[in-house]
Amino acid sequence: MTKLRVLLAAEGQLAYFLGRSLVARGARVTVIHPDREECVALARRLEASVIHGDPTDPRVLDEAGAGGADLVLALTAADERNLAICQHARRRFGVARALAGVSDPENEDVFRRLGIDAFSPIRFVTCLVEQRADFGSIASLMPVASGAVNVADVRLAPDAPACGAKIRDLDLPPGALVGCILRGDRPVVPGGDTELTAGDHLLVIATPDRQRAALLRLTGEPA
Amino acid sequence: MNGRSRLHAIIGCGRFGGHLAGHLARKDYDVVVIDADERAFDKLPLQFGGFRVTGDATRMETLRQAGVERAAVAVVATRDDNVNMMVAQVVRRVLGVPRVIARVFDPAREALYHGLEVETICPTLVAASECFALLAKPETARRSAS
Repeated sequence: MTKLRVLLAAEGQLAYFLGRSLVARGARVTVIHPDREECVALARRLEASVIHGDPTDPRVLDEAGAGGADLVLALTAADERNLAICQHARRRFGVARALAGVSDPENEDVFRRLGIDAFSPIRFVTCLVEQRADFGSIASLMPVASGAVNVADVRLAPDAPACGAKIRDLDLPPGALVGCILRGDRPVVPGGDTELTAGDHLLVIATPDRQRAALLRLTGEPA
Repeated sequence: MNGRSRLHAIIGCGRFGGHLAGHLARKDYDVVVIDADERAFDKLPLQFGGFRVTGDATRMETLRQAGVERAAVAVVATRDDNVNMMVAQVVRRVLGVPRVIARVFDPAREALYHGLEVETICPTLVAASECFALLAKPETARRSAS
């Protein structure tokens, strides 16, 4: 299989850590950075091509091989720069996928209306915080398959309605299931007869629209 | 009077934006000027009768506060090409302002606009073509013209 060719416009530590993470996953990475010294440092530390220049300049994108990229990631600190990078990539160089990071959460929707995929780290984190605030028993929550499925780690408190219940009697909504139970240090693969007890950690797999109902049935929260 | 038909929004109050805003206000258009830096409004004429809004035009919040969606025309002329390209598209395609003109200094970036319903002015190309026109004239013609 040919390597995924990724063009990355980012600054500071993000350029290094994301570049490294992409390389580790088998991508062929080119980083564009406006600062010459940073470029030298990145070139030394990363197994990636490093191009010195302004990534919003179409000539620099051309030099960085934008025409042959599969994916462009525009994650600089300025929203307008990220839009420009993605639009040049899509419209001028015909790159199939371009993703822009935005600081102003409202620009996520604005960029989509201009035809550019965008995501707001602020909205993402706020979403996680909200889900934790609603369900104090969720130790961690992981979106899988671009958020099509969530995996939640739920601890059963002694007063949770699911304590003492068998899996088959839980009456979970369709689209939700208990995939695994962590009891102490021991993983238990649940069957219909498995009885839940206080202190169990349940890995609950659910589609986002069913998750709330499933967690409510298990934990009784939010009160 | 149709409020939409007369409002001109000028985004970026540099020498060009300030001059244009003053000129339009003298012609009795309703004018709103937006700039991130309050001191930029010093470039407006003393008797300027339009509105001034201080804020970052890459944020919808600022554009809404200035009532840009009601404008008939918007001219986007901050000093940054990337800002101009973003704001012009937002004003035209998200807020639906019928006529949007953007200043873009770099001819290579200006090409991005083709097919995006935004009109552009490239000062670099305008100055170059003026220069070519002058050079094409015989020297005697220039002397008599001045």
